[in-house]
Amino acid sequence: MARVAANGAGGVTMKSVRTEPVEGNPNPVMIGEEQYFLNAVGLPGPGVKNVIPELEQFRSLTDSVLIGSIFGTTHEEFGEAARMLCETSIDLLEVDISCPHASHLYEKPFAHDIDSIEKITKLVKENSNVPILLKLSPNTWQIGEYAKAAEAAGADGITGVNTAIGLEMNIQARRPVLANKSGGVSGPALKPIALKAVWDIYEAVKIPIIGTGGVTNGADAIEMLMAGASLIGVGSALYYRGEKAMKLIAKEMEEIMEQEGFKSIEEIIGIGHNE
Amino acid sequence: MASRSNPLVLPIAKIDQETENVRTFTFEYEFNSRPGQFVMLWVPGVDQKPFSIANDKNGKFELTIFALGKATNAVFEMKVGDKLGISGPYGSAYRFKKDSHVITVGGGYGAAPLAFATDNARAAGCSVDFLVGARSKEDLLFEERAALAGANVVVATDDGSKGHKGYVTDVLVEILEQRKKDGQLEDTKVLTCGPELMQHKVATICAEFGVPSEVSIERYMKCGFGICGNCTMDGTGQTTCLQGPVVSGEQALGLEEFGKYHRDKTGIRHEF
Repeated sequence: MARVAANGAGGVTMKSVRTEPVEGNPNPVMIGEEQYFLNAVGLPGPGVKNVIPELEQFRSLTDSVLIGSIFGTTHEEFGEAARMLCETSIDLLEVDISCPHASHLYEKPFAHDIDSIEKITKLVKENSNVPILLKLSPNTWQIGEYAKAAEAAGADGITGVNTAIGLEMNIQARRPVLANKSGGVSGPALKPIALKAVWDIYEAVKIPIIGTGGVTNGADAIEMLMAGASLIGVGSALYYRGEKAMKLIAKEMEEIMEQEGFKSIEEIIGIGHNE
Repeated sequence: MASRSNPLVLPIAKIDQETENVRTFTFEYEFNSRPGQFVMLWVPGVDQKPFSIANDKNGKFELTIFALGKATNAVFEMKVGDKLGISGPYGSAYRFKKDSHVITVGGGYGAAPLAFATDNARAAGCSVDFLVGARSKEDLLFEERAALAGANVVVATDDGSKGHKGYVTDVLVEILEQRKKDGQLEDTKVLTCGPELMQHKVATICAEFGVPSEVSIERYMKCGFGICGNCTMDGTGQTTCLQGPVVSGEQALGLEEFGKYHRDKTGIRHEF
């Protein structure tokens, strides 16, 4: 995490943890192609208690913004994980209710149920001392409604989006490649899906949006801003472009802003919605 | 870079029993890998695990496997003609100069990639000392293969049933001392693979003698190509699957966790 911060990221989102350690899914958990990754890592992590010393170490190495990230297997566990993680110093708290490959932990993601979104948002808000961001799923036609429910229940922002559900086959083995069969699609192929999600969320709510999903270059990032994101999340670009990805994206954004005559990031946010 | 990591499924062409718990599985395929690199081996319906490459030339690709857990036991159930999936090759490889002197220090089944390195080093005109250690003479691997390649083979066993009784690292110290006396330390490089504490000792000894070394670090891997983050190392945050598994001894000694602790599949730390 400190290595990413040192390479130009303004902040770093930790991997999501729950109250207990999680082993994740059996291998294969991931395959990579030119245009996408398909993963079913299954939320492995050491649990909140074991991750706190690691976050303290991160704090001692860098001044970078730290976004905590939690998930739970029940509504109540989200509140408990938030309370435990807020005992250490974080700047923002992401609430992952949308991981599509954790069927070993819960039946379906909570992000597809308005009642769950409201309850989890309230519980996390009550148990947190920093702004909270609900991370939503693109695997729906009503992401705007879900964002509204989160906003009404007290969310300070929305992260859009998690991975899109997918599957890959191995011809010779005559079966899906991933041990979990299905997984989440990330990388460049996710970008148009993420843009539409951010677009719908922006139309639905007033709270800020972290746009994430396949942002690989400066143009992708500017498009995310135009759709309504005010902060950009980058993940798989670190694979496609190496650890300098953040600096490259920032430089390309500056070039586009100059070409297009934009003076500030603020004037780009949501501009695509102007008639 | 793995532009495509959907495994290539190949039938097993040959199975050789190396020791009681170790077998070499041969596939008729060439991956153009270099010694020290690894592949992800997929046992469909069971699991997928990283394995270092024991051989990859003349139309033959070999993996030497120790029966240890669910995946490897499932592989041991397999027969010639049964199919396994392979993705890769991934990671960094051992490096040595042409016509130099190479010393390999292998512990247990860590000897596999070193036997491959020995073949290539001999083909590149190097002289090679192939040092190999094991619990007992029954557990020794690749003595014959290294000797056939023209290496000077030196054996150490914990129980003294063959060769030097004790650690293979004692033999390394003796050889380096002799080379120092003879003024032959220059142009010497040490490559090691095996238990991490042994490798830590090798890197430390080489640093004392001022001889460059390369170690092969094993960490719990999930994806194998630098995305999932499970195999990152404290100190630099480097991934073992992309920046490793082979790194210089000097770099390894600078990593906070090398020779001290590793992480399990949840990310929890365990001391060696």
